[in-house]
Amino acid sequence: MSALSNIFTMSIALSALETGCIYALVALALFISFSLLNIADLTTDGCYTLGCAVGAMVTLAGHPFLALFASLLAGAMAGYVTAFLQTKMGVESILAGIIVNTGLYTVNIMVMQFSSVVNIFNCDTIFRYAKEYIGGSWYKVIVVLTVIVIVAAFLAWFLNTRLGLSIRATGDNAAMVKASSINPAFTITVGLCVANSLTGLAGCLLAQYQNSCDINIGTGMVTIALASLIIGETIIGKGGILRRVIGVILGSVLYRFIVAIAIRLHVPAECLKLVSAIIVAIAIATPYLKGKAGFWTIRLKKQHAVSKSGKNE
Amino acid sequence: MLELNHISKTFNPGTVNEKKALDDVTLHLNDGDFATIIGSNGAGKSTTFNAITGAFFVDEGSVILDGNDITFTKEHVRSKVIGHLFQDPLLGTAPHMTIEENMALAYLRAGTRNTAFFSRISGKDKKRFQEQLALLDMGLENRMKQPVGLLSGGQRQALTLLMATMVTPRILLLDEHTAALDPATAEKVLALTKKIIEEQKITCLMVTHNMQQALDLGNRLLMMDSGRIVFDVKDEEKKKMTTADLLEQFKIHAGKSLDNDRILLSGVSET
Repeated sequence: MSALSNIFTMSIALSALETGCIYALVALALFISFSLLNIADLTTDGCYTLGCAVGAMVTLAGHPFLALFASLLAGAMAGYVTAFLQTKMGVESILAGIIVNTGLYTVNIMVMQFSSVVNIFNCDTIFRYAKEYIGGSWYKVIVVLTVIVIVAAFLAWFLNTRLGLSIRATGDNAAMVKASSINPAFTITVGLCVANSLTGLAGCLLAQYQNSCDINIGTGMVTIALASLIIGETIIGKGGILRRVIGVILGSVLYRFIVAIAIRLHVPAECLKLVSAIIVAIAIATPYLKGKAGFWTIRLKKQHAVSKSGKNE
Repeated sequence: MLELNHISKTFNPGTVNEKKALDDVTLHLNDGDFATIIGSNGAGKSTTFNAITGAFFVDEGSVILDGNDITFTKEHVRSKVIGHLFQDPLLGTAPHMTIEENMALAYLRAGTRNTAFFSRISGKDKKRFQEQLALLDMGLENRMKQPVGLLSGGQRQALTLLMATMVTPRILLLDEHTAALDPATAEKVLALTKKIIEEQKITCLMVTHNMQQALDLGNRLLMMDSGRIVFDVKDEEKKKMTTADLLEQFKIHAGKSLDNDRILLSGVSET
């Protein structure tokens, strides 16, 4: 116990919870695109930076609350372009994401007025307002928890409306969606817009959280969010939408705790991306390997039995 | 009423794989007609269905449903009034969604276009879904919250049938929808099909490889070969026919024996 409390000071736990909730928004975006729509949406990295850049610039202009909505909108627009490419232009979904992601680099640096870092240390942010009105050491947690609860409640509502059901069915059985008089191109577009708006919002929150925006902040974000998503789906399992949404949020927070422990154990920060890559690779490969293992054991048993019966004759 | 006027479709035109799948097909189906379709492999039965649902646009001719020209109407728009069941029971339902959610999706067809988007499944809807499921007599009404992937093929096909007819379609297309099921389940699903079609007086086209079934069901029989309708009998005339007559007719019209292996097998077992 004392070893654990050595590793885990209160402030580390709090900051893991805070960043976990922010990154959970990206994980929820991938929950919509990857788990529900069955599309590997690689817009995420660029879209996250876009949200961060837009958020930072609008905050810099003195509107921290407007920044949240601006980055939501910016993210939705990025998602729309990706969806447009794959539903109207016949571009392969992965390629569409890569194309938009590449283009977004230029867009992002334009938003940041051609500088690779924007600092907003002297600006009012929603976290600064919270510090004034709430105070204590919990104010940041309260802000991010409020946002994540609102988003989770929205998703739990939205994904059970008929439009939400159609979006879920599109990834499950697109032919059936057509037969229900819904256009899959439309559901994919709505789904990707909602997903990327969450990614944009996450970027904006992070910009205000760390008072800066860096052009490379989104690199590898899709892998990290996937790791969170998979951890969440593994610990919570299948179930209703609300349950799965909560699972994704828990997964993201848990991932941040793992990272916090790793840093306390003096794993260099540069290694963390490799660690997340390995976690994702293992998590995705596990079900496949389990099936393979079952096949191997059966084959081994069979071969064993055959060689035995051969000896008997 | 459904009208197919001289429709033709060629796949992969101008390549070595060029195939004339539909060749000047004309078909007028009256309200309440229930026509069965038989034919060899590649005769154009499923292609005819796809031309009706709008999976592709026809090269020539027109498709008219209830007086509206739907030749160039998009697939998802047409599906508002067309029910389509496939041989594969997995195609008609979303496996990771619950029975209730699947039915809610099917029920979307009833909704007015824009207002229904943000509506949720109401208690009233749930109750109606449950009542309809009870009619299947498969115990599904107690499994509303279970994902459809857990159901057997027969149960899924019965559910798909229910979903396709929940809002009475203007036309129901059945593409060998019982062929992949075991005999007992197939019979059950078929009986259910008959009951629903009769009760709701649905205009229906049904592809089957079972000649006896083609003769027993419906009031009209169509035979297809090489993308054409080669034989068409109705009412009294159809009632008098036997499977032997059918084979004979096929030889006359197609100039060869039926080469659908499944037709041959089912033909042997019945004679």
